[in-house]
Amino acid sequence: MARSDRMVKLVSYIVLTALAIVMIFPFFWMVLSSLKPFREIYRPYLFPKSPTLANYQKIMSASLFPRWFLNSLIVALSTTFSVMFFDSLVGYTIAKYSFPGRNIIFLFILSTLMIPTEMLIIPWYVMSSRLGWIDTYWGIMFPGMITAFGIFLMKQFMETIPDDLLDAARIDGVSEFGIFWRVALPLVKPALASLAILNFIGNWNAFLWPLIVVSKPRMYTLPVGLATFSSENLMHWELIMTGATVSTIPLIIVFLIFQKQIIRGIMLSGLKG
Amino acid sequence: MKRGRDSVAPLWGEIVKLRHKKVLTAYLFLSIPLLFFAFIRFYPMISAFYMSFTNWNIISPVRKFVGLSNYVGIFNDPVFMISLFNTLKYVLYGVPSVIVLSLALALLLNNVTKFQSFYRLIYVMPYITPIVATSWVWRWMYQKPPTGVINNFLSFLGLPARNFLMSTTEALPSIVATTVWVEIGYCVIIFLAGLQNIPKEYLEAARVDGANRRQLLFKITIPLLNPVIVFLSVMETIMFLRIFTQVYNMTDQGSGGPLNSTLPLVLYIYQKAFKSFDMGTATAATVVLFLMILGITVLQLKVLNRRVQY
Repeated sequence: MARSDRMVKLVSYIVLTALAIVMIFPFFWMVLSSLKPFREIYRPYLFPKSPTLANYQKIMSASLFPRWFLNSLIVALSTTFSVMFFDSLVGYTIAKYSFPGRNIIFLFILSTLMIPTEMLIIPWYVMSSRLGWIDTYWGIMFPGMITAFGIFLMKQFMETIPDDLLDAARIDGVSEFGIFWRVALPLVKPALASLAILNFIGNWNAFLWPLIVVSKPRMYTLPVGLATFSSENLMHWELIMTGATVSTIPLIIVFLIFQKQIIRGIMLSGLKG
Repeated sequence: MKRGRDSVAPLWGEIVKLRHKKVLTAYLFLSIPLLFFAFIRFYPMISAFYMSFTNWNIISPVRKFVGLSNYVGIFNDPVFMISLFNTLKYVLYGVPSVIVLSLALALLLNNVTKFQSFYRLIYVMPYITPIVATSWVWRWMYQKPPTGVINNFLSFLGLPARNFLMSTTEALPSIVATTVWVEIGYCVIIFLAGLQNIPKEYLEAARVDGANRRQLLFKITIPLLNPVIVFLSVMETIMFLRIFTQVYNMTDQGSGGPLNSTLPLVLYIYQKAFKSFDMGTATAATVVLFLMILGITVLQLKVLNRRVQY
């Protein structure tokens, strides 16, 4: 029994490692290609013979990548802060206050989860062009400022806070908003962190809506910029791979720092079933 | 005595006042979010339904009610039918591959103790990177023999070169492969969490009764994992129904080519709405997508409820 257990373990490690290599290889290939000068890019070897950072200099100086980077950062950070604030406020209100219409309001919010974004995009576009939101940060951000899923998640966690704790603060004369902000919110920090990071990643990676609402190259987000830049430089794979690396590196850093929160966030998103 | 009775009335008043205050606070806290959901989610949905019954386009915004003619139109449009058929292909190729592969990986990961979180970390990396970036990396890897790294690997193994994205038959499966690579990490994490939720006593008891590995897997682990399998199948089905970014970035000029062979429903919607500015037709196609997603979700609820019975 013990021997077959060891065999199973050994085989598991071999298969897992082989698949890990398959999973990670495209990243290696992306970075290696970005370090190759143009004359080497169509050569069939893995490692650059004369590695260079010239592609990065080129992208940073001769394209709008720095600007797109900034746009993505602004959009992803603003929507994340908005989601953190509003999702937890609504989750808290529904979990901890009793008022007429509470269940209906909660069901109304949850039911919007059923609507696919693709269906809303055309009305959003019509709305944005009427209200002058095309080519603005607000135009890119507004659909993601509050999320139904985040509200659902925060409600679950707010429900675990004992009422006595909130009432004690009330007796001490803390304002209703103060109770939310200074008593409830700190108690759900871990869940809030997971929600925030998944939202940041989602908004950083978002493609379809930014592609539609933005037409000026200066207002592109990184994914839209990368897509446009790549199809305009189709022969220059070394530049495309540099652009891909530039848009991926910040996420890998965020990921390595917050891996616990990310994994937990993904697990939480699996719980909603 | 007297004092006590006097203080009861103001106390009641206080409680009523407090209750009113709490109700008002609740509505105040909910006001902005409710406006958001009404105007950014609910109203646009109604608007999309309405637009699908009009002949509206963005250039001449004269709305005319045309009944079901947009729906008749798309179902008579061969390109729409191709996109619908392609979308079903994405789902049929993609969902089983993701589920089987990630379940196998999760089972293997569950066998090992050392480096478990390290492997999980590597598997989930593609899932969190921008799809635009990974699409271009894979497009680069799928290139023709002297430059494409996958074709070089094939020739190293002595296998014939493939056209991948350049071929009408291989392009769609190639995009599915990339998407499977992206989605595996997500499913592995959920499967692993599900596996770790299975009480050890069940497996111990079966082992004591003399069950072998295969029996443990097929008679205990997988049946107990059923709700997770259903959940992930539904999530992945919806994801493949909505596939867009990969196709837009991996095909020539974001066309869904070659010859529409990879064109999915959402790309058809995008082209109709933002290339031909035919909003009526485009919204009718989004309603079809909505109904498909709704159907899948209702089916999921039914299946999951049935599982609870025993």
